[in-house]
This record gives sequence, structure tokens and C-alpha cells, in this order.
Amino acid sequence: MISPIILPLIAGLLCFLLNRRTFAIALAAAVANLLAVCFLTYQLLLFGPMRCHMGGWQPPLGITLRSDGPAVLMLLMTAVTGLAITVYARGYFSHRILNLRQATQHQEQQRYFWPLWMLLLAGLNGLFLSNDIFNLYVTLEIIAIAAASLAALSGKPASQLASFRYLLVSLLGSLTYLLGVVFLYRSCGILDLDILQHHVANGPGIRAALALMSIGLLLKTALVPLHFWLPPTHANALAPVSVILSGLVVKGSFYLLFRLWFEIFTQLITPSALNFMGTLGAVAILWGAVQAMRQHRLKLMVAYSTVSQLGYLFIAFPLSRIDESIQVWSIVIFMALGHACAKSALFMVAGAVFLHLGHDRIKDLNGVRASLPIPVFAYGIAGVSLMGLPPSAGFIGKWLLLTSSLTSSQWWWALVIITGSLLAMIYVFRVMSRFFVIPEDYSVTTSAPLSPLLEWPALIMALISLFLGLAASWPMKILATGNTALTQVFPGGLP
Amino acid sequence: MNWEQWLLPAILLSSFIPGIIIFALPEERHRLRTVLNLCGSILKIVLILVMDTGIYFGYNFEIRLSLIPGVELLLNGDPLSALFATLSSVLWLLTTVYAIGYLEGSPNRSHFFGYFSLCVTVTIGIALAGNLITFLLFYELLTLTTYPLIIHRGTEKSLRAGRNYLIYAFSGGAVFLFAVVALQTIIGPTDFTGAGFSPSFIDTHATALALIFILLIIGVGVKAALVPLHGWLPQAMVAPAPVSALLHAVAVVKAGAFGIIRIVLDVYGPQNLLLLGVLPLLAAVASITILYGSIRALQQDDLKRRLAFSTISQVSYIALGISLVDQPLAVIGGLVHLVHQGLMKITLFFCAGNLAETLGIHRISEMDGVARRMPFTMAAFSVGALGMIGIPPTVGFVSKWYLGLGGLAAGNWWVVLILAVSSLLNACYFLPILIRAWFGKQQGPWPDELYSGRFETRFMLLIPPLVTAFIVIAAGAVANAQISPLAWVRFIVRKYGL
Repeated sequence: MISPIILPLIAGLLCFLLNRRTFAIALAAAVANLLAVCFLTYQLLLFGPMRCHMGGWQPPLGITLRSDGPAVLMLLMTAVTGLAITVYARGYFSHRILNLRQATQHQEQQRYFWPLWMLLLAGLNGLFLSNDIFNLYVTLEIIAIAAASLAALSGKPASQLASFRYLLVSLLGSLTYLLGVVFLYRSCGILDLDILQHHVANGPGIRAALALMSIGLLLKTALVPLHFWLPPTHANALAPVSVILSGLVVKGSFYLLFRLWFEIFTQLITPSALNFMGTLGAVAILWGAVQAMRQHRLKLMVAYSTVSQLGYLFIAFPLSRIDESIQVWSIVIFMALGHACAKSALFMVAGAVFLHLGHDRIKDLNGVRASLPIPVFAYGIAGVSLMGLPPSAGFIGKWLLLTSSLTSSQWWWALVIITGSLLAMIYVFRVMSRFFVIPEDYSVTTSAPLSPLLEWPALIMALISLFLGLAASWPMKILATGNTALTQVFPGGLP
Repeated sequence: MNWEQWLLPAILLSSFIPGIIIFALPEERHRLRTVLNLCGSILKIVLILVMDTGIYFGYNFEIRLSLIPGVELLLNGDPLSALFATLSSVLWLLTTVYAIGYLEGSPNRSHFFGYFSLCVTVTIGIALAGNLITFLLFYELLTLTTYPLIIHRGTEKSLRAGRNYLIYAFSGGAVFLFAVVALQTIIGPTDFTGAGFSPSFIDTHATALALIFILLIIGVGVKAALVPLHGWLPQAMVAPAPVSALLHAVAVVKAGAFGIIRIVLDVYGPQNLLLLGVLPLLAAVASITILYGSIRALQQDDLKRRLAFSTISQVSYIALGISLVDQPLAVIGGLVHLVHQGLMKITLFFCAGNLAETLGIHRISEMDGVARRMPFTMAAFSVGALGMIGIPPTVGFVSKWYLGLGGLAAGNWWVVLILAVSSLLNACYFLPILIRAWFGKQQGPWPDELYSGRFETRFMLLIPPLVTAFIVIAAGAVANAQISPLAWVRFIVRKYGL
């Protein structure tokens, strides 16, 4: 169970120390990570949820790792996306650039990219597996530092500023979270989530703790109105970094928030708090989509679309009241998985277009279809998933959202969801139609041909997001198995 | 698993796989592409005929895939799906032949034929859908696969048309999705059983069910071009002629009309709708659309635009017939018009495309004396136009006859009135074209003569309209025979127990 954390960590160290064959090491780590996660899934389906006491120390003394349905699905999402990102990043950095200065710059960036990316992967896996509220803080911090450094890699002044702001926001979020943990420890004296679950009593200390932790995590998840840092950061980073930030990193903090609200502090959550989150989510969906429609640059548009799509995750909050936890988890998981795959594909396409044309101004994207057929195809499919059209994973998520909102007679959420998908249609196809224009004087530009490593990962991620809906019974099965109360304990060694 | 279950996926794959291969083919492999296209189309027709025969002898074709609890994909072959699937696949083959001739030498053909094949896959998917969710799936996919075809020329004008099409179609799709979810929360699974839901729901949820019916009709009405949701159709005329044929006769508009039939006959069921009392609304919208479309068609000089408004008008015959659901004769008229309108309209669009491709004629005012230059094309056009007016022995007469009989049987004299006025308007906008073409005198040279050869135009452009024109007359003349669209529709109506 520990291998998804250890493997990337070792790979990161090796990448940094050896500084040679970095791609081979990272690729090996990503593949090994995927295999480890698959094995974990297999174990979960066989034995149900599992727990591992690190070093053999029992909680409350020791730190525990836990794998259950949602955690394993998030790990799978990270592992698959991570593998695609690794391959894509290789293509990105080895893309031949005529300008010599830029080429050396790429070499330099690559040197720092691989160790940081591996560190980030370890942090994310740790976040999904940890069952200890302080250990979770540590993983959050690892993610924050690695992500902010990655965002700064591009070296442009705009990205420097954006990533610095990102670093401050992330640290602020982590510190707020840490303050919450301190409050919690003061009132309960427990850090293990499973034990905490049974000892949560309503009191001012705990409520303050929950509020602080939530605000910290919301800041990291970029829920409107705390989203201000996201678009510039995601849009100005290097293409593989944008994919990491938008596809994976925001999901990490959201996952933690959701777990705190729906598994640990369930008794403290009031309907008005849930409605508040839902309202913010609704505002995020509409505001993000409208902003995405108004952007002039492809990467900014995709970034604002992230703001919008994150809103769907929060609309699930008020709809969860009437349902059992598996229902809630399934909504969130499908939206998150679908978004992770589709958004990675979109940022990969945006990066490929940028390398090909040297810019990503939407009005000058004419005729890209002719020169980049595969990325354009991937863009279309990923767009379909963002719009929530069947049979994509986004459709399953939206279907569940709509069903819950109508069965609980909260039809206004349904209206927001539907309007959101129509707005998504407008921003997706605004770009799509540009790709299809064939200007009279069009000739293929003389930039170097794109490596297949830049094109195929995007298409594969897009196809996964599309067909995940058809295979929806598998994630459902994992969720259902992971939801049983019986927990198998695996020894993590001797004390 | 046995062959009955695998037949339906095989029908879908018979055009899906060629489509995917065509995407991957390099542009210049046009011979291989043509072979793939034609083999796929012919294989599809054969498979669908096997299905038709099976359905006639009472086989049950069904395959299910459960996604999550409450969301299930279901393909199901029943007589009604057989009607639509057979129509689409036969017209598909002809349109493919026509498109191969039409696009000879133009750029981006692998792209075009790839989407073309996906589009027919999706249309057949609509025909075979066995519940509302599957219908919704293919309905949305149809929008996606037709969009690249509409903007195929890549001009600003076609992009504008494409954008409008998307906005109309996806808004309709969104309304439809909302209605489907709402309906499922009330009545549970929405399989097309042929009987509708249990009447006990009406006691508890009458208003909600009536509202949902209206929303569902709005959802499919966008594609069926019911007024006031028709705005995208005339604009989509900028697309190449085979695509227009596809929009008007094979796939898109038909999918909308087919959706109306499914909702009325299968999802709600005639009895429930009579209880809810929402059908007069549908009848009124259909009647307004019939008259409005015809009147607007009168004002157009652009030939394709005139045909587009004529489609808006004619497709609503289907909705009108279905809205008189307690009259079996009217239902027969509506259902059979699904086939008949397709045959006639595709003939007209093929001919309009021939005029544009051969002589550069786009406007009716340029058509003087064109029949002397292109007698076969104009003969086919005349058959289609006379069919639209409803002159025996064409198929158009058969549809109108049954619709009128159905209206009279219920004492709905207004149906006959609408049919009469509409036929008069049809005559007003089609006869002048025929008179100009056959008896007019050529005014100067043709606008842009592109072809001069042994035949009046390219061989592959000439064959499809002649075949469809022949069917228009033949199917009308032998409408009472054992094998005709009308006989099959009677079989359907018996199945539904009307």
C-alpha cells in the first residue's frame, strides 16, 4: 500500500541526483505506480477496504494509511493521468525548437521538471491514502511547494508573478488548514480520521477547526470567489505543468475537503452550510463558463473552464442530504474522473497547438485541423465530455446530479447544471469552429512536425473520458466494495 | 449470446468501422474509400433486411448494457425501428453514391466520408434505441456528427450556420435531458414497450406529466423543425447537397419526427395522452408549421431555401398524423409519410444539387428552359414535386389520403381543410418551377456551366435521383401490395393495437 508513495519519491530523488536518463526513471516510476495502484484495486475488490499501520504502531500513536473505494479511484485517476503526463512531457521537452535560446531553456526546465513532478505525484498519492489529519497536512504542503515550483518553471515574467501568487495562496491555504488541525487536536487530542469520526462532538473548538480547514482547502480548490489565482497560474505554466495542476492538483484538496465533510464531521454539517457550498458552486459554474467564453487565449479559456467545472463538484453538496454516501461519492467521483481526463486532454491539445503555432490566440487558430488532425479530434472528444454529453463520464455525473436534484425537489440546481452545460457548449465550439475554418491562403506553417508523444496521450485521455461512461459499472463496483464497513488491517512492520 | 443479440450491434458497426478506417486513410486513396463506403452501406442494408424479416416473423432483437442503476443502454428492434432503419439505410446507400460523384476532386474527402459514416451509424442508433436514455445518447451524437458536415466548406457563412445549428440542437438536447430525468424520477425506466406507462401515474402526477410531455416535444421538435424552433434548417442550406439530403430526408429532421412518434406511441401511450389532453396542442403546432412552412416557401427564390421551407411544412404532416392518435388511419398517414417524405425530398435535393453542380443554377429565376438541357434530372424533380403536391399515383397522394380519411373519421374537418390549403400552397410553389423548367425559354447562357460530357451530368449524380423518383411512383402505385411502406406501417399499427 505504501508503494504509490515511495516509488515516485525514490524516482524523484534519483532524477535529481543522477540528472541523466530522467525520462526513463520517471516513466518507470509512473508505470510501476500504475501497476501498484492496480494491485491495490485488485486487493480492494478481493478484501474490501484496507488499513495499514505504518511501522506497526497502532493509532492513536502511529500513522495509518487507508485504502477504500474513493481513495482507490482517485489513485487510479492519478496514476493513469500521471502516466499520460509523463509521456506527454517527454514529447514536450524533446520538441525541436529552431530557436537555440529556447532549446537550452527547455533543457534547463527539464532538469527541474522531473524531480518536482515525481515529488508531486508522491504527495498526491499520500494525500489520497493518508488517514491521519496531520499527515494530510504534510502531503498538502508537499503538493503546494512542488506545484508552485513547477508553475514557476516557464520563466516568463507573467508566470513568475502568477506562480509566486500561487505559492502564497497555497501556503496560506495550508497554514489555515494547519490552524484548524491545531484547534482540533486541542479539543479532541486525536489525529487518526477513523477514531476522530466517532469522537466528534459539537462544540465551538471543533466547529472553528472545521471552518478553518474548509477555508484552507477551498482556497486551494479555487472555488469562486477564491478562484482568482487559478486562471493566470494554469494558463501561464508550461503545458505539461498545466495538465498536472488542472487535472490533478485541484482534485487533491477537493477530495480531502469532501472526505472531511461527508465522513468525519457529518454531524456538524447543517443544511444551510451545504446550501451555501451549493450556491458557491452554482456561481462558479456560471461565472467560470461566462469568463471562459470571453477569453482570447486558448489556455486561459481552458483554465476558466476548470473554474466552471469545479463548481459541479460543489453542487453535489446540497444534493447529498437525502442520499446515502455511496450515491454522493459516485456523483463526485464521476465528475472528478471525467474532468481529470477531459481537462488533461484539453491542456495537452492547447500545449500542442501552442508549440505548433507559437501562440494560442483563439481568433488566429484557423485551419489547425488540417495540420493537427489528432489533437483537434482529441479536443472535440474532450469537449463533449466537458459538456456532459452521453456517453462520457461527465454525463453520468450530470445524470446523477440531475436525478438527485429532482428527487429531492431542488429543481433550481438542475437548471444551473443544464445552463452550465449549454455555456460549456458555447465555449468549446467557439474554438472548435476556428479549427475548422479553411482560409483561402492557408499553407502549413514551417514549424517542426509534432512528435506523436504530444498527440496520442491527449487522444487517449479524451477517449478514456468519453468511454468511462460506458464502463461506469466498474467504478460503481469499486465504490460499492470500498463502502463496506469491514476493514482489513495489514501489518506495516513491527514496532 | 446468440445471433439475435449480435445483429443489432453488427448493424451499427457495419458503418462505424468503415467510418473509422476512412478517417485514417490518406486523402488520395479514393478508390479504397469508395469500396469501403459502398460495402459498408450494402452490408448494412442486408443486415437490416435480415432484421426486418426476423421482426415480421416475431423474433425479438434486444441487447442491454447497464451503466449505473437507472441508466441502461438498450437496443431493441421493433417494427417501428425497422421502418426508420430501412428507410435510412436505403437512402444512405443512394446518398453515398451521390456524394462520391458530387465531391469528386474536392479537398478533405476522407474527413467528409468519415463523419458521413458516423452520422448514419448514429441515425440507425436512433432507430434502434429501446429506451429514452439510449435515444438521447444517439440524438446528441447526431448533432455532433452532423456539425462537421454542415461546416464542411469552412467558409464564414457555413460557420455561422453551424453555430446556429449547434445552439438550436444542443438547447433542444438540454431540454430533452431535463425532461427525461424528470420523467424517470416519476415513472421509472422508460423502455419503449409499445403501451406507455401505467395510467395510475396520471392520477398522481397529471400536471407534471403534461409539462414533461411538452418539454420532450420541444426537445425533439428542434430537430423536427416545428415552428418556432425551425430557424436552423434554412440556414443549414450552405452545406453541400449530399449533406442537405442527409439533413432533410435521411437523418436529422427524420430523427426529430421519429422522436415525436416514439414519445407519443411508446413512452406515453395513446390512452394516457388522451387522458392528459395535450395532443390538441401538438396538432395545433403541427398545423401552424404546415401552413407557415408553405407560405415561407412561396417567398423564396433560392431553390434550396424553398425546398428547406417545404421540408419544414412536410415533416409536420407526420406530427399531425401522430397527434390524431385515436384515429388509426391518421396514424397510418403520419407514419407512412416518414418514409414518403424522405423519398420525395431526397429526390428534390439530389436534383437541386445536380443543377448547381452542372450548370451553376441556384435560383429559381435562372431555371428557364433547363429541362431541355437536363431532361432526366428535371423529370425526377417533377416526380418529386408532383408527389409533394399529392398527385396520384405518387406516394405523396397516399400519405395525404390517409391523413384526410383519419381526420374525417373523427369528424375533424379542419384536418382536411389544412391538407387542402397546404396542397394548394405546395402547388403554388412547385408548379411555377416545373413550368419554367419545361416550357420556359433559356435566358442567355447558364450561370456557370461546369460539365459537358456524354450524359447531361456525371453518371453518379444522375442515377440516385432517378432511382428515388422511380420508387416514389412505384411505392405509390403498389401501395396496397404485400411489400410496400404502407403495408409495413399497417403492420406497425396492428402491433400497437390501434
